[in-house]
Amino acid sequence: MEEFSLMTLLAVFEEMFGRGLFWAMVAVAVIVTLGYVYVLVRDRAMSMRKFLLAQLSMPVGGVAAVAFVMMMTNSGFADIGGPIDWIVLLGVFVAGAVGFAILVYVIQSLVRGKEADI
Amino acid sequence: MDLQKLATSRRGFMGLAAGGSAAMALGAAAKQAQAQRTNARILIMGAGAGGAAIANRLTERLDGAQITVLDGRPQHWYQPGFTLIASGLRKADYAISSTEQWLPRGVTYVNEYAAELDPEANRVTTTGGQRIDYDYLIVATGLVLDWDAIEGFDLSMAGPQNGIAAHYASPEHAELSWQALDKFTDEGGVGMFGRPATEMKCAGAPVKLCFLGEDIATTKGNRSKCDFIYNAQATNLFGVPVIHHRVRQIMDERNITYRYQHVLKGIDLGARTATFTTPDGDVTDKWDFINVIPPQRAPQVIRDSGLAWADRWTDQGWIEVDMHTLRHARYANIFGIGDINGVPKGKTAASVKFHIPVVEDHLVSEIAGREGTRLYDGYTSCPLITRIGRAMLVEFDYRDNLTPSFPGVIAPLEELWISWLMKEVALKATYNAMLRGRA
Repeated sequence: MEEFSLMTLLAVFEEMFGRGLFWAMVAVAVIVTLGYVYVLVRDRAMSMRKFLLAQLSMPVGGVAAVAFVMMMTNSGFADIGGPIDWIVLLGVFVAGAVGFAILVYVIQSLVRGKEADI
Repeated sequence: MDLQKLATSRRGFMGLAAGGSAAMALGAAAKQAQAQRTNARILIMGAGAGGAAIANRLTERLDGAQITVLDGRPQHWYQPGFTLIASGLRKADYAISSTEQWLPRGVTYVNEYAAELDPEANRVTTTGGQRIDYDYLIVATGLVLDWDAIEGFDLSMAGPQNGIAAHYASPEHAELSWQALDKFTDEGGVGMFGRPATEMKCAGAPVKLCFLGEDIATTKGNRSKCDFIYNAQATNLFGVPVIHHRVRQIMDERNITYRYQHVLKGIDLGARTATFTTPDGDVTDKWDFINVIPPQRAPQVIRDSGLAWADRWTDQGWIEVDMHTLRHARYANIFGIGDINGVPKGKTAASVKFHIPVVEDHLVSEIAGREGTRLYDGYTSCPLITRIGRAMLVEFDYRDNLTPSFPGVIAPLEELWISWLMKEVALKATYNAMLRGRA
């Protein structure tokens, strides 16, 4: 592609999801990240117990992300053709897993508070 | 940024602010500052992919130009989506939007076709009798499908009741084509695919539909009931030799019969036969399903205008532009974008994407008193779908070289999921961004 820049990428993502939904998803990602930073700053430490549950939930997020992408794109595992396909698949899984783990950690922290850990 | 511009992009600006980045606003401001002052009258014939995109680009690059866009069709069609509609993955409305929504503010949109083009007088007369004088003309009319050239065929025949597909005709016909293909892959029989002998838009699409039909029949468990026959017009299955060999290999692997130099001449609906011209005379075969793709030519108004090549493609009428600058060889104030160009390759939306910056550069440079420098090397691309879920991202240029955008990452001749994802998810978004002048 010619002149493939950040601007093009943003324009493509806006067109893909619609401007509203795309920026809403960005906003959600930013809010969850900010929430994560907030609870870290508030608690002044990472809670290993919450982190354990977050880690255990990672496969759920990863599998859900892969299933979502497969469903949205009319494809299946039989379509995986070359190394780049495995990398993309792994990327989707990791993104889903990490995103979900952070979400689970933040929710636990906000719902149960700092004390619940002690 | 003027106030109107700011108002139209306010949502984008707010979104960006939420995202914590002002890069886009800065970029837009920098571009706006370069706008070339002019009072040139620019006429764009055609508001398809090429016409809409160049209108948006020129509006951004020029300040004060009187830009008129002439197109009689109120609907805009996302034609790369026709294959997905014809394979049952999308409905007709996937490819339909309004022409007007893609045009920038500040241009004059005339919802009529051109009736006459006089390049000596720099004038176009519309079907409504309106006279439009121009200083610069951009021809982006696209092409016409010559259905009448197929003897015994009429577009009203398309649909499952007759087993006839015509997925090039329109989004609605693409949907009817799916119904016909769906029925054929349920019931079995002989399926005929192929392409015309003229230049054509997206030379990969006839092959894709054949591959998709075979894949759908296989998925349904009905492959053994279906014969697939692909009729090529030349002695190859694709104009680029290396891609031809790959397509042939896949057809061999999937037991698709291919025949060279078989050009559809006519069909007999009653007898369910098709006649093909071949070097050894006409051949008539029976079919249960046939995808009709007719010869393709320049619109009559262009063929009558004197812009076409005198000695090449004389039965088709593509305009005589320089293959690298896309400027007309005899009229320096005329440029061509897209299917209408008489160049050796690439009647695709991908080509349009690469025509636009070249025409934009040469036109804006001329208005600014400079010489344009950008050249088009014939780049075009085709996500050649081989199955639902897999495609080969083939990209090539005038010299039949493969020109992969992601060398070493996305192999051009490998059937990949990521290439399918590009076609299925990212292509329409990229196309729309192009129409808005943003990609």
